[in-house]
Amino acid sequence: MQVSITVNGVVHECDVDPRTLLVHFLREELDLTGTKIGCDTSQCGACTVHLDGKVLKSCTLLAAQADGAAVTTIEGLSENGEHHPMQTSFWENHGLQCGYCTPGMIMASAAFARDNPGASEAEIRHYLEGNICRCTGYHNIVKAVKQVADAAAAT
Amino acid sequence: MWPNKFDYARAGSVDEALSLISDDGKFLAGGHSLLPVMKLRLDAPEQLVDIGRIPELSGISANGGLTIGATTTHDEIATSDAVQSMCSALASACGQVGDQGVRNFGTIGGNIAHADPASDPPTVLVACGATINIQGADGARSVSAQDFFVDLFETDLEDGELITGLSLPNCSDCQCAYVKFPHPASRYAIVGVAVCLKMDGGTCAQADVAVGGATVKAVKCAGAEAALAGTSLDDAALDAAAEAVKADIAEWLAGDIAYPEAYRQQMAGVFLKRAVAEATG
Repeated sequence: MQVSITVNGVVHECDVDPRTLLVHFLREELDLTGTKIGCDTSQCGACTVHLDGKVLKSCTLLAAQADGAAVTTIEGLSENGEHHPMQTSFWENHGLQCGYCTPGMIMASAAFARDNPGASEAEIRHYLEGNICRCTGYHNIVKAVKQVADAAAAT
Repeated sequence: MWPNKFDYARAGSVDEALSLISDDGKFLAGGHSLLPVMKLRLDAPEQLVDIGRIPELSGISANGGLTIGATTTHDEIATSDAVQSMCSALASACGQVGDQGVRNFGTIGGNIAHADPASDPPTVLVACGATINIQGADGARSVSAQDFFVDLFETDLEDGELITGLSLPNCSDCQCAYVKFPHPASRYAIVGVAVCLKMDGGTCAQADVAVGGATVKAVKCAGAEAALAGTSLDDAALDAAAEAVKADIAEWLAGDIAYPEAYRQQMAGVFLKRAVAEATG
């Protein structure tokens, strides 16, 4: 079937098998491998992207369902060659260990900080329940998100 | 993981969806219950009819009671002022489903069609007297949530029938709550208890109670309701209700190696008390 999906601002018209999941579409059709497949059962959040601005686990949606929608992946988060503030904050706070969960963590956190300026540490930890870091490196991840949420509240 | 092959069709209206659906087809809304099942090859429908963009299936309206369209997402319900005011327990339960990514796309209609015994919203729908609205080739019908959930992953829905939405009475003069014992890893309910209490001064005039998670389906608990009604919800009444709820759910119990039936049965009493405390607190 034919789908038209805008990914990181570029329209992609593709012929896909109806059973193609959005994460397959991103990784295999478009070669955008920043989005990871972790648990593949909508629990770990490694495949998190934004669909029309909302956080989505892209392993749990058909590309067909995203037809006509706008998707943002980790590759599309920076603007004009500048890292998104959440990417910068993960860098500054070393919010990663092995890095596998990082794209999903950043995508989820970027949406969270956008919608919840000034969020508390408890709110950040609760929100990130859908993103699992198997290195258990949560401390610096939460620190990174808090820095951006605080900065957003200050402006 | 890839699901089995299927044909995909997108419906623009309920009538079109009903005309498109084939004998071995399923309706797809958010897909957050159905797609995981298909990826694990626990189900392999030959056709999916996408109802996710049918305008009349989405949204919340408040007219005396609540009407919630089948493709309304958990997040929309959890954050709706109308739901928070008319049935706060449902807003709470929908806010406890999965995580934000799941709640953004998972729908209430898909949730109840899937009828996972450990899911949160069904328990509230049974306690608060919801009605499920269904459309089939032969017309529309409604069934109470209590009768809708039949058994483990089994509902009253017939082949080719579509859930169009659900209706709830206005519970704004009730004190209602949903409290669960979440599984430490999955956060699914090991036990979930919903209560809806109508208070008359210091006396509980009417109590509605349902239990899920511990059972193969959300179960209405008449014994516990009788133990609470007419009391001041004092310790003796709560103890009696906690005992009664164990009998109410006895024939529907489900367990596993980590949380066996007897443990969940005991916890249903504990979480009933917590639900009453939250509702009246």
